[in-house]
Amino acid sequence: MKEYFWLIQFLFSIVLAPLLPGIISRVKAIFAGRHGKPLLQGYFDLWRLMRKGEILCQGWPFVLAPAIVAASSILALAFLPLGGQTSPLGFAGDFIFAAYLLGMGRFALMLGALATGSAFEGMGASREAAFSALAEPALFLAFLIFSSFCIDMGHFSTADTGSAFSLNSMLKGQLVLAWHYGKAPLFIAPIVLFILLLAENCRIPVDDPTTHLELTMIHEVMILDQSGPNLAFMQYGASLKLWFFASLLASLTIPPMDFLPATLLWLGQIAVIGVLVGLVESLMARLRLVRVPHLLGMASALAALALILTQVS
Amino acid sequence: MLFSNIILLLLLNDLLLLAAPGITWLIRLTAFQGILLGSLLFDMEHALLAGAVLGIKGILLPLLLARTYKHIGKREKTHHLNLGVAVVMGMLGLIFSLWLEHNLPLMPDIFPVLLLPAAITTLFCGLILVVGRATALSQVIGYLVAENGIFLLGTPLMAAGAIWFELALLLDIFVAVFVMGIAIGHIGEKFDSIDTARFRSLRD
Amino acid sequence: MEIYIASISIMLAAIPVLGVWAIADSLLAPKKSRYRMANICGAGLAAIACLVGFAGAVCGPWDFSIKAEHAHFAWGLPFGSLTLAIDPLSRLFLLPIYGLGLVCALSGAAALKHENAREHNLAAHWFFYNLLLLGMALVACAADGVLFLLAWEIMSLAPFFLIDFNDRDSKVRDAAWVYLTAAHLGAIFLMAFFIGLWQLTGQTGLDPAITANALKDVSPRTCSLLFILALVGFGAKAGLFPMHVWLPDAHPAAPSHVSALLSGAMINMGLYGVIRSTGLLAGPAGTAPGILGLIPGWWGWLVLVIGLCTALIGIIKALGQGNLKRLLAYSSVENMGLMFIGLGCGLIGISSGDAWIALLGFAGALLHMLNHAGFKGLLFLCAGEVLHSAGTLRLELLGGLQARMPLTGILFAIGAAAIACLPPLSGFTGEFALFMALANGASATGVEKQLGLLLSLGLLALVSGLACALYVKAYGMAFLGKPRSGFAQNAHCPPFNGVWPLLLPAAACIAGGLLAPQFFHMAAATAMQAAPLPGQLLGECLTSAAAIEPAFIYISIGGIGLTGLVVVVWLLRKACLRWRIVLNRETWGCGYQASSARIQYSEGSFSEPLARIFGPVMGLTLRGEPVRGIFPGLASLGLSAPDRIRNHVFTPLFEGIEKVCNACKIIQHGKIHLYIVYILVTVVGLLVWGLK
Repeated sequence: MKEYFWLIQFLFSIVLAPLLPGIISRVKAIFAGRHGKPLLQGYFDLWRLMRKGEILCQGWPFVLAPAIVAASSILALAFLPLGGQTSPLGFAGDFIFAAYLLGMGRFALMLGALATGSAFEGMGASREAAFSALAEPALFLAFLIFSSFCIDMGHFSTADTGSAFSLNSMLKGQLVLAWHYGKAPLFIAPIVLFILLLAENCRIPVDDPTTHLELTMIHEVMILDQSGPNLAFMQYGASLKLWFFASLLASLTIPPMDFLPATLLWLGQIAVIGVLVGLVESLMARLRLVRVPHLLGMASALAALALILTQVS
Repeated sequence: MLFSNIILLLLLNDLLLLAAPGITWLIRLTAFQGILLGSLLFDMEHALLAGAVLGIKGILLPLLLARTYKHIGKREKTHHLNLGVAVVMGMLGLIFSLWLEHNLPLMPDIFPVLLLPAAITTLFCGLILVVGRATALSQVIGYLVAENGIFLLGTPLMAAGAIWFELALLLDIFVAVFVMGIAIGHIGEKFDSIDTARFRSLRD
Repeated sequence: MEIYIASISIMLAAIPVLGVWAIADSLLAPKKSRYRMANICGAGLAAIACLVGFAGAVCGPWDFSIKAEHAHFAWGLPFGSLTLAIDPLSRLFLLPIYGLGLVCALSGAAALKHENAREHNLAAHWFFYNLLLLGMALVACAADGVLFLLAWEIMSLAPFFLIDFNDRDSKVRDAAWVYLTAAHLGAIFLMAFFIGLWQLTGQTGLDPAITANALKDVSPRTCSLLFILALVGFGAKAGLFPMHVWLPDAHPAAPSHVSALLSGAMINMGLYGVIRSTGLLAGPAGTAPGILGLIPGWWGWLVLVIGLCTALIGIIKALGQGNLKRLLAYSSVENMGLMFIGLGCGLIGISSGDAWIALLGFAGALLHMLNHAGFKGLLFLCAGEVLHSAGTLRLELLGGLQARMPLTGILFAIGAAAIACLPPLSGFTGEFALFMALANGASATGVEKQLGLLLSLGLLALVSGLACALYVKAYGMAFLGKPRSGFAQNAHCPPFNGVWPLLLPAAACIAGGLLAPQFFHMAAATAMQAAPLPGQLLGECLTSAAAIEPAFIYISIGGIGLTGLVVVVWLLRKACLRWRIVLNRETWGCGYQASSARIQYSEGSFSEPLARIFGPVMGLTLRGEPVRGIFPGLASLGLSAPDRIRNHVFTPLFEGIEKVCNACKIIQHGKIHLYIVYILVTVVGLLVWGLK
């Protein structure tokens, strides 16, 4: 029965993912005093692109990358415990696997960009490579905060140490628990994860998703030459990745509860996170590129600090 | 709960101090640190001292520093230590102080959880600021932060009678910073720069 | 056992034959047909020996309870004995030796076919190749200290002649000399280690039960000294920081099939040696705590810190390289660092009594060693094909090779994805085990231990992120985009009969991911047999292994799932495009029509953002003119990564030694009558000293 619940939520994620960028752009539009595009624009775009032909550049990575990006995002999402339900695929260390699946998508994306032989896309790939390498420690340290919290709480005997390293037990409304046990450092983790959400999904302080072809772009410039169904896969994969991080954040605050309220709470929180991202995008300017490593370094430092303090207190 | 949250914020504040790019941010963060110290004392039920600390460290000194900075009104290179390196050093300081807490033969139950590491880390961060920053003003801030660390160390040892002593100490620091602020203001007026590296040329 | 002896005997038979052939070749006039014959015979003999040995190493059960098989032979020396022993650890290290030995022999034979018969003595080349294989196989099997040292020397000497293949190039000669010096300096420490062991235990055998028992009364300090000696000596071979300096010189200088063998198999022997020597000092698995009670905690921390430094420095230096093979060589340094991180973890786990950390640390190191042999061998051989068909390895001159040599390109991409530790390929499994070992730091006792392990995990994550960036650069710059120069433009497609041996390591990369549980089982069983685990920890290790094995099953299922999903999405795309128009066009240059291949991002500019961040710390230097003003003129950017350790530590050190030696030269002046005085003085001196 539990698996069905999770499966329903997984299908929700697959279907609703393109909605999230819509929410963000709607918030931005309202802030700018514009009417903005419809919330469902993401779906319209996908539908339109799927019915178009393609213009290809040379090289198999260019042609194959979108499929890898979409597939790896879908699979990474499948390891996540969605709104309060445990993933049936979870195993000890699945957080590493999920992170590396996203890494596989990124690897394919960068190779696809380099395959075109365009100066712009090379630039995007170079920046993506640098920033994602710097984001990696922060992501892992953030996960470790939760796993060591699990170990600390003593939910696990030494015989099944492994289960503390599963996303299923790491993301079980930990913040609610932390509030209960007075573990203040744990509250740093959502901040780190939010910074990572912005950085990994190329949102505003790191990258600007709305303009093309400026010299500052990262993600958009890497998919510049994509068209037709391949572009649709790229965009779908990107929105799934955004959903992955949003759901990661949301599941921190969903305590064990019934299916229906948990699902509603989960979807509501994802919407709230979308609004938050929209607010950040409306209120902040993009950082200068030389500043981005500082932001990511700060995220890593914060995660390390939180980790140190959870170990001590 | 409140106590441990304040300690957490103090530690965060320390790291942010090390990462702060400009003097404006340094001053804001020192003010915040003063406020945190005040609320910590408040939590420990030293209301009078808390008020004094809040007033002097949280409001007066930062205002004074801000005024001096405005008076000088120059932007120059503010650090010779890479900010990232400074933050890493701060983290190492934190780890070292945690280790120290575990290995120091202390009387049990004097220090609440994490207070000693927080105090020593604050002290370290102040010293890193003094070493790593270039202008005289940021060095004063560094001394101030280091002093806050020492002050934190003293808080649990504070008996009722020692409060007057602490108050007197606070006054001393206030006067010291006041004098330094004025001196720096004058140096800034007379010379183009308050870069301490150039103070060398003032020697006999 | 017999099968290993058979493979060793084939090599032993091949060596004199090839030796005589080589001498004959150098005396007789060069002749094309004889050159061809030497190539086929030499490579063929090596390949047959490897095939036999590989079959022996693969077949048979892997279990931690397997005891070592011994074989004794007659031996003419007054000390030591010719004893060979095969246990799971030897078998695990024999796998890359024989496997890569086979692939490299086949690929090398194809690559050397067209060399000039006047310039190279191929019989000699294959003579030393066989000698290297023999040396490595003997090192892995030796059960006696003297035999081990002898084999080690053979293994260290043979590569000198292999690296020196293109001996007309002065750079190659320099690299070979640097290699030789490093190998011998390392060997000095090893001699000290083995002699120390001999003196303390009173025998030269390498049976951990006997040595550890004999070392019971020795002070821990002496044991630690022996451990340091072993770590330095074996670490020099493994390319540990700061003794890695020979590696990035030697590997690019050697022919590609030799660098593949050196990088994938030979440097592993450093790891092998350290694991063996910890066993020797601390006792075999499953016995009561050995000499030291338990291994001192700092051994593990020392190894862990060295491993982390090696990994970080290796990967960052690799990012700064513009030569493909040099880049791969630095990446080998990084991967050795990863293995030593695992080893350090394992030792820490043993000393703190945590079975999970101990098992996964050792198993992760061994698993990564196996995987690394596969993908690094593959990458070096691919680089060899690139050199052969394009004529250069400088990334700034390459590009667009995927269209010109498609099969090699695909193979390189597989290797690159595997070494960047991406699922569903093999590299991920080893790194996964390392991550899991470190992640359990939270349950260690003592806050500094917890933090040390957990923060190391953060650094490991950084290293793997950088590795991903590095291999995007390596594959992207060499194979993708458009050709940046005539070298790449005119590259020809290598014939299939030269490339097919590369399919074997590529298959190993794929198998390593899909058969993850089997590979992990092998590594874990070996770890439990070889690591100095106290008896009660061994039982816990079994529980831990049982607890983690499902994860590897999930990983392999996940890998298959990913492949399946990609295929599904791909078919979806095909279905969508069925009635649509698909065109092939150049990239869109924002309306700029006069685009050229020179406009692409080059390797220097690709690494520039990372170099700006890590440059000051790691000694990467960016040079060139930045873009200035509204109407900028010429601008340039270059990235170089000189090895600071080499330039600022070793070079001055050896120059200093040279000065001292030169100063001593005044006693060597060539005047015979004064030499006779020396002899006289020595004799008189000795007489006085002896009679006193």
